[in-house]
Amino acid sequence: MTTFLSQNVERLQAPEIDYGAVAPLLIVLGAACLSVLFEAFLPKGQRWAAQVVLTLLTLAAAGAGLALYASAESTLEQGKLTLAGTVAVDRPVIFLWGTLLLLGLGAVLLIADRSVEPGGAFVADASILPGAAVGVREQLRRREMQTEVFPLTLFALGGMMTFVAANDLLTMFIALEVMSLPLYLMAGLARRRRLLSQEAAVKYFLLGAFASAFFLYGVALLYGFAGSVKLADIASATTATDRSDTLLYAGFGLLIVGLLFKASVGPFHAWTPDVYQGSPTPVTAFMAACTKVAAFGGILRVLYGAFERSSWEWNGVLWGVAIASMVIGAVLGLTQTDVKRMIAYSSVAHAGFLLIGAISLNDQGLSGTMFYLMAYGFTTIAAFGIVSLVRNGDGEATHLSQWAGLAKRSPVVAGVFTFLLLALAGLPLTSGFVGKFVVFAAAVEAEMVPLVVIALVASAVAAFFYLRVIVLMYFSEPAADGPTVSVPGAFTTVAITLGAAITLVLGVFPSFALDWAGAGTFIF
Amino acid sequence: MSWTLIALLLLPLVGGLVVAFLRGNDRLAKTVALAFSLVELGLAVLAWTAFDPGGERLQLTSSADWIPAFGVHLSFGVDGIALVMIALIAFLVPVVIGGSWADKLPEGRSAGGFFALLLVMQTGMVGVFAATDVFVFYVFFEAVLVPMYFLIGRFGGPNRQYAAMKFFLYSLLGGLIMLASVIGLYVVSADKLGAGTFDWATLVTVTRELPLSTQIWLFLGFFVAFAIKAPLVPLHTWLPDAGAEAPVGAGVLLVGILDKIGTFGFLRYCLPLFPAASKELAPVVLILAVVGILYGSLLAVGQSDMKRFVAYTSIAHFGFIALGIFAFSSQAGTGAVLYMVNHGISTGMLFLVVGMVMARGGSRLIEDYGGMAKLTPVLGGLFFVAGLSSLALPGTNSFVSEFLVLIGSYPNEPVYTILAAVGMVLAALYVLWLYQRVFQGPVRGTAMLNLVGGPGAAVDPEKASPPDLNKRELAVLAPLVALILVLGFYPKPVLDVITPSVGATLSEVGVADPVAQEGK
Repeated sequence: MTTFLSQNVERLQAPEIDYGAVAPLLIVLGAACLSVLFEAFLPKGQRWAAQVVLTLLTLAAAGAGLALYASAESTLEQGKLTLAGTVAVDRPVIFLWGTLLLLGLGAVLLIADRSVEPGGAFVADASILPGAAVGVREQLRRREMQTEVFPLTLFALGGMMTFVAANDLLTMFIALEVMSLPLYLMAGLARRRRLLSQEAAVKYFLLGAFASAFFLYGVALLYGFAGSVKLADIASATTATDRSDTLLYAGFGLLIVGLLFKASVGPFHAWTPDVYQGSPTPVTAFMAACTKVAAFGGILRVLYGAFERSSWEWNGVLWGVAIASMVIGAVLGLTQTDVKRMIAYSSVAHAGFLLIGAISLNDQGLSGTMFYLMAYGFTTIAAFGIVSLVRNGDGEATHLSQWAGLAKRSPVVAGVFTFLLLALAGLPLTSGFVGKFVVFAAAVEAEMVPLVVIALVASAVAAFFYLRVIVLMYFSEPAADGPTVSVPGAFTTVAITLGAAITLVLGVFPSFALDWAGAGTFIF
Repeated sequence: MSWTLIALLLLPLVGGLVVAFLRGNDRLAKTVALAFSLVELGLAVLAWTAFDPGGERLQLTSSADWIPAFGVHLSFGVDGIALVMIALIAFLVPVVIGGSWADKLPEGRSAGGFFALLLVMQTGMVGVFAATDVFVFYVFFEAVLVPMYFLIGRFGGPNRQYAAMKFFLYSLLGGLIMLASVIGLYVVSADKLGAGTFDWATLVTVTRELPLSTQIWLFLGFFVAFAIKAPLVPLHTWLPDAGAEAPVGAGVLLVGILDKIGTFGFLRYCLPLFPAASKELAPVVLILAVVGILYGSLLAVGQSDMKRFVAYTSIAHFGFIALGIFAFSSQAGTGAVLYMVNHGISTGMLFLVVGMVMARGGSRLIEDYGGMAKLTPVLGGLFFVAGLSSLALPGTNSFVSEFLVLIGSYPNEPVYTILAAVGMVLAALYVLWLYQRVFQGPVRGTAMLNLVGGPGAAVDPEKASPPDLNKRELAVLAPLVALILVLGFYPKPVLDVITPSVGATLSEVGVADPVAQEGK
């Protein structure tokens, strides 16, 4: 009896944890818990300041931990599997973590800003019913906000970081939920246009729940196929001949649908425009930049780790998905009249470009896609930062017609936004161009020339709606009752400057980032 | 490492930034802009004297690492063809600045902004011709669109938004199609050399070994972009709109320089990189060229708008240039390059005098004018000179180049050459008829009659408005007239620079030169 027990104890040994490798993750998630305690125990008046300080410190500490780990000689060559092989910390993960932390910093700065919208972009009391006119007006006057947005952001960020590092599908699913649930809540926190915001939250939640279910079914079928949820085991199972192809195809299909939904790749993009439009703009920025990075980080890991060897089975389908995404994004983007919806469709088109890089399945595809993610994220953060500045009496003036003649009222804001739009359009000397270049070069290398040609045509079509905004800002006369441009506070200024500066630097001197992105490959 | 080209590249950019900061004071901004453009002209002269026509293919070279991960170098250098184009840019920009000095801009726009954009665009234009790295060329190719887009969209005519958008989208689409080929070049070079490169001189040795089908695909990517730029029929429809709506100064640079990027691209990229594809597809290009000559000429005859008229004559002229390039003989090639220079001068001048007519009458429509030579004889005379140069009258610069193109093309392509020669007759028709309608006969047309005080008013040339050319306008046109005549009688200095480079280009294509063979 005793021997039996001792044997069992030996078997259940706690997995070894490389604390140095997962330190950034632990810091972010730990701080998120601390942040919840702040909400519970601090008086209302002190919460905002405390939360901002805590969040910024967390990001700095996580970044420092990551830098320390990444610069250590031993980890430079190859990564580490830790937590019993469920979490991989390799070069791509370090790159994606760094990107996520920096983008998170930009988004947190936008979230923390209280000068553009007095009191911040978030509702004072989220439980006010929409339609209750008195309550709505009252909360507009109140100068506080739901500071729960900070712990939610940290949890979401922690989820995203786990998501890109997850080495088996169950860990990935948990990470998916950790990152998604806070986002559903954050979408509903807008101070103004509550109905739109709550609609966005519900829509995102319902569709997101469906997508999660797809993902989980996919995981179940793949478990049936391979007898394991580990990416490496699935990969080796795909080479065997004695397994059910049906389970593999169905499992892969369901799994990838869940991932594509999160990455807002068309035709799984239907939530994107509504949620982008309804969410508070800083949250939209966070979703557009960070969720995209996390989702594509996950897609890359799954495709490279588990399904590389069965690529000829699914390649055609993902070709179709990429084409659909580019065409939907570019064509429907043309018809939009709202800036936030326009950027949403642009993100769908960009998701198509990113998918091209992801399905190239070569080293250039991996590094190119990650570079593209970084470039796109910073451009988007800065763009939404600018959107939050253009306001009239009812809040943000997002209708395109209200942007007419903006260059005359505030040439600097219009100039920066023009630069960001040109970056989204992919003109040289912006990060957008380098990103497109590396991704398309990888695709040509992988002999996907037709896909690249379609992508280039789609870029040209998409350029039209970016240009339309430039035309409006520069060539049209301003409307008499047009919006004004708020003078941004320090936080928003820093966020926009960060985004625009990195867009420029990555466009002119991309070498260092390309080197980082190409420093190593996944381990499984 | 030669600094002349680097200085030529950076100086206008610095000038543009300085002028942008001086926007508040129009007069100062204009003066500073003119000063920068004149210094640039001096630098160009310096580059010209430093260039040895008998020397290396690419001279004044410089190179620095840019993106090592992709083998991209910031490398610059010129051959004779690029050098004459850069000289043309340096010559035209001060002329344009002088010509736009007193332009009436749309409400709320400052002259400083206009000149700043012109100077920034000059950097882009010089960069396109000076780049010897395909990636860098592509960057400048696209970058030059942005200032032009703003020049048309902010300072242009009533329909400027539409024209600016059309211009940008056409060029961007062409550029993106070219990007596919640029990426293709990179991948091909990575296959052959182990590490990818964008260095033009290296790529030339790699791509000529490619099988024909690969060459054709890569060729087409470049060709479409250049055919949109040049523009060849049927990809030309943006030019009449952009040319008509662009402010006169920007219009001169648009047809004078920007469009030449297309023909320059044929010579620098299409022919040497893809010799087999160029030969294979030459008949198609020649057909497009001849169609362009005839179609452009016929539409020019039918135009009722003077600026659109100039745009259509350009389409015809670009047909001649394309014919000269794809006829594959040294005479025709040399003629085509000289044509590129001459077209910049004569069409540039035509655009400027049209602008001066419009500045007086306030209308672009030909029917609003008539008998203007009676009121403004000097303007009428110079308009006539510009027109004669445009129709290639012997003694003017264009005659030399058009003659060289035709005589050089005939041995290889007699049919196309004969058809193209019909274009010369049409050119005489459209130029002379325009001149007759605007300047000859009794004073008529609403614009003219408004100026002299209503229909039936006695015309007294002494008193009548509009004023004839003032000193500034004369100073702007004088160097153009001088060049038209000098190059008409003594084109040798330019030909000396061009000929070796064209010879080198043709030997890269590997075409035996019929004229040269006869000489032996």
